[in-house]
Amino acid sequence: MAVHKRSYRSYAGGFTPAWSRFTIITRYAFKNLFRSRLLTAYFVCCFFYPLGCAVALYVNHNLSLLSALNVRQVFAVDAGFFLSFLGVQSGFAFILTAIVGPGLVSPDLANNALPLYLARPFSRAEYVLGKMAILLWLLSLITWIPGLILFLIESSLSGAGWAWANIGLAWGIFIGCGIEILVFSLLSLAISAWIKRKLAAGAALLGVFFFGSGLAQVINAVLETKNGYLIDLGNLLTTVEGSLFGHSNVVGISASSAWIALVAACVFCIALLERKVRAYEVVVG
Amino acid sequence: MSGRTIGLLGPNGAGKSTLINTLLGFYRPIAGTARVFGHDIRTETRQIRALTGYMPESDCFIASMTAVNFIRMMAELSGLPSDAALERAHEALFYVGLGEARYRRLGTYSLGMKQLAKLAQAIAHGPKLVVLDEPTNGLDPPARQRMIRLIREMRDGGEVSILISSHLLRDVEETCEEVLILKEGRQVHYANLEEERRANRRFLELETVGGDNGFADAVTELGCECALTSAHRMKMVLPESFAIRELYRLAGERNIQIRRLSYRRDSLEDIFLKAMESTNGRP
Repeated sequence: MAVHKRSYRSYAGGFTPAWSRFTIITRYAFKNLFRSRLLTAYFVCCFFYPLGCAVALYVNHNLSLLSALNVRQVFAVDAGFFLSFLGVQSGFAFILTAIVGPGLVSPDLANNALPLYLARPFSRAEYVLGKMAILLWLLSLITWIPGLILFLIESSLSGAGWAWANIGLAWGIFIGCGIEILVFSLLSLAISAWIKRKLAAGAALLGVFFFGSGLAQVINAVLETKNGYLIDLGNLLTTVEGSLFGHSNVVGISASSAWIALVAACVFCIALLERKVRAYEVVVG
Repeated sequence: MSGRTIGLLGPNGAGKSTLINTLLGFYRPIAGTARVFGHDIRTETRQIRALTGYMPESDCFIASMTAVNFIRMMAELSGLPSDAALERAHEALFYVGLGEARYRRLGTYSLGMKQLAKLAQAIAHGPKLVVLDEPTNGLDPPARQRMIRLIREMRDGGEVSILISSHLLRDVEETCEEVLILKEGRQVHYANLEEERRANRRFLELETVGGDNGFADAVTELGCECALTSAHRMKMVLPESFAIRELYRLAGERNIQIRRLSYRRDSLEDIFLKAMESTNGRP
């Protein structure tokens, strides 16, 4: 039928699989996101450090260059190397989350668009998953994916023996980044769902981390305890990642406590989203 | 209910929008259930939503998106493949009269255009049922006429059923075949407007001049129910397939002038007011 024909007609064509519908939101959001040159430039910058690390790994194994410099090996590629890599990339990931995250749900709430999404064969869970997938992709591209590429580069340069001996590092990179991405994503979505103004939502995300850290210090100092760290998300992530790489904790709380606190934070964020991501608010009474 | 266009009427707070939201699965029913195209609203919400297009009452759009992108995305979310969704987004926008403005951002639209864009997103995926919540809200008379015309066109096309919620009786009267009147969350009246209109055509009020001369009896013999309200006025109920010219023939034979002959006009407003009055004494 011609595009310009002006009459109503029902649709008789095929449908896309229901499971894939959440990707539609992700696709449209990506199109919108990368219209911003600033964001695109920042996203490119996020790859500089992994690129530098890849070059460093190559130089580390370039015998002719090393002998010319009269050094046997510049640095050891071990848990510390990957942990510091994750530390740097986590910083980039957090800033990226602070830029992208607040604009995910809040515009839909501000424009009252949720009834339109949810009046279709599209659930609230799919909506949240679609929005979360944006951050999952972006953060994955700058954290565990380059981390595993570095691991593969080192494996190819050092041989299969090194890879088998250090396979735990690969899991550490994947799981450590995974929990970090999950916490960042859920937290930014929850804040975005509750604070309609994008700027305020961004500030609130920074506040949760920095204010949480400060409050943790105050609680620890006043109550003479270490439990204050349980509300310091940054330290919780550091503790969990450290435990995955076999490093002893540095802030005084156990890895299991940190895991539980992070899971609790995720559940709390999901509860916040469950309450807010609705077509219409139900007023009881 | 089986009508192609059903009107939900009621004063503010009667529960019209709540009923729609419950049918669409936004609110869970506390008790009871309902079926839309045979699908239970408690357990088959997804199937119901797949068959439905919804135009909400309030402003609902993403201000930063162009109309065509927005409607394409909504059609895709309804399950249409990307290419088909784009084609139908264009078609829907042309159909509602926003063809020339389809590449403009929704945030720049006037209120009337936003209403039309909301209608376009509701029909872009070709649903079997379109739910319109106060479709003429805030529209000026020409825009209202345009909206009413579009609803009628869809109705007459016969491919879609329409549920209209409105507190504007005229809108419902002009577009609907059936009416459900709600008050304080309860159904207080159901009327099939087509039947009411047909029935109204059977009720006559007659005013004559020139004496009775057995006119009432003659009319009764033809199968009409007749009641004299005064010497020259009568009310009658005509049987099916009764030709009015028979009355003139009888009057002519008896030298009686028919001065006034009027059908009962029980407008939707009358029906609505009766429904409201009939429930006023209820606890």
